[in-house]
Amino acid sequence: MINLKRLTILSGHYGSGKTNIAVNLALEQAKLGKKVAVSDLDIVNPYFRTKDSYDLFAKNGIMLISSEYAGTNLDIPAMPQEIYSLTDDKSITGIIDVGGDDRGALALGRLVPAIKDENNYEMLMVLNMFRPLTRTTKDALEVKYEIENACGLKFTGIINNSNLGAETKAKDIIDSISFSEEFSRIASIPLKLITCEKRLENEVVSKLKSTSIPVLGMVLQKRPV
Amino acid sequence: MAEKVLMKGNEAIAEAAIMAGCRHYFGYPITPQTEVAAYMAKRMPKIGGTFLQAESEIAAINMVYGVASAGLRSMTSSSSPGISLKGEGLSYMAGADLPCLVVNVQRGGPGLGGIQPSQSDYFQATRGGGHGDYHMIVLAPASVQEMAELTVKGFELADKYRMTSMILADGTMGQMMEPVSLDFDIAPPPEKPWATTGTGMKRKHNIINSLYLKPEELERGNFERYKKYAEIEKNEARAEEYLTEDAEIIIAAFGIAARVSKNAIDAARKEGIKVGMIRPITLWPFPKEVFKKTTSTAKRYISVELSMGQMIEDVQIATEFKAPVDLCNRVGGMIPDPDMVLEAIKKAAKEVK
Repeated sequence: MINLKRLTILSGHYGSGKTNIAVNLALEQAKLGKKVAVSDLDIVNPYFRTKDSYDLFAKNGIMLISSEYAGTNLDIPAMPQEIYSLTDDKSITGIIDVGGDDRGALALGRLVPAIKDENNYEMLMVLNMFRPLTRTTKDALEVKYEIENACGLKFTGIINNSNLGAETKAKDIIDSISFSEEFSRIASIPLKLITCEKRLENEVVSKLKSTSIPVLGMVLQKRPV
Repeated sequence: MAEKVLMKGNEAIAEAAIMAGCRHYFGYPITPQTEVAAYMAKRMPKIGGTFLQAESEIAAINMVYGVASAGLRSMTSSSSPGISLKGEGLSYMAGADLPCLVVNVQRGGPGLGGIQPSQSDYFQATRGGGHGDYHMIVLAPASVQEMAELTVKGFELADKYRMTSMILADGTMGQMMEPVSLDFDIAPPPEKPWATTGTGMKRKHNIINSLYLKPEELERGNFERYKKYAEIEKNEARAEEYLTEDAEIIIAAFGIAARVSKNAIDAARKEGIKVGMIRPITLWPFPKEVFKKTTSTAKRYISVELSMGQMIEDVQIATEFKAPVDLCNRVGGMIPDPDMVLEAIKKAAKEVK
């Protein structure tokens, strides 16, 4: 089980897996009886979004804060006023799914003063070493700086979400740990979480005996056709 | 380093284009293909290439015209409404016999339509797209791996025949993520003695042009081009066949519709229904022969499409109207699910009994 700060901000390269992690973290926190809100700040890609998990969230009592633009006739990336409840209502455990890259991170900017003021957050960089534009730690570092510059908030940790989709084997995840450790070293932020599909969780955990970093087994929200 | 990377379809197109030697990309953003441009914007400056966000789709296709005239591999990408805007440029490129790659990651229409996946630009793509008599080579990927492979193939065919290749994908193909191996052999582009690369005072000027005011000349150009098209129809038609050998019912589907259909076919086979699929990989040239040879065994066809029924006409022509062809479709950004296709198969199975 992962101990979360009051606000968990997930950011990273687009397609790094932020949305899946946001959904799974939210479900886990809801099971603990917490009052959970997920905010989908993805104004970059209106295709695969936290919003797709609407029914699942409703069933688990999770509040979803999301822009409506992709579902309406207005192609305008506007933010809903409810996002301020994330910083106003301190009883909420908030998970913020930020859109990909620096452009997505821009949308987070307006919440940053309040987030800094309260100072009870983690901003985690979701990293998949199998994504083409973050194949080297140097490229990943570039993405990190771009995002931090865009939103004005610095990352506090890393989530290793390295995977090859449906073809991922436990070995791929184990092999990726040294990549995220190397990134952790050059970026000077700790590796906080390792994620994998639920089907791989036991194997990954058993092979990872030496590390104290928690593993989150995830149910994937997007099934391959 | 692992051999495979996890890519979006749009990224796979962009990276494969770079691998194929494309160093000039011109585009204008539109969902659901924007990642092609975003990827190019990141990669091109690092490898000495040119990424340029044009002021419009029309500008972008004419920049492609310019680079293609100079004999270099060049491309643009867009989604349905944007492709319509490129229509004039596509026709000019056909008239000037210029090779290039154009990507259409289709969304629902007509008009501004929506942003969800569609296949309703089939007619536009396979019949040329702009004005005048011409064709484009139209390739229809059904996986992220194929998005990459057909991009390379598209450049090769474009150069070989001096014409436009189009990747006709849909929003799902562009957005979905799958592991991809980018480990393929790519032959260097052929010599282009016709290109405007400077005479070096050694030859006459090459002229790239689509204006022929003498009707005899314009007619000659059209006839020549159609001789070339006949060659392409003979040599380049490609399709994947799935369980067609004993099939009484054959599904015709490409892209995402083919993936959905495959699931339905597997379910139907378990119930003892003899059903198979022909998945055209080239939409133009349409794999007519592959369809024609099934008419001796198949009693009924089903065209599964994300359109109001466009490819169905090519299926009817290719099967020479020897068997009925049903339409199983969703439109407007909706995708038929395997259950819907299975129902269509069961209905067809009752008819052939």
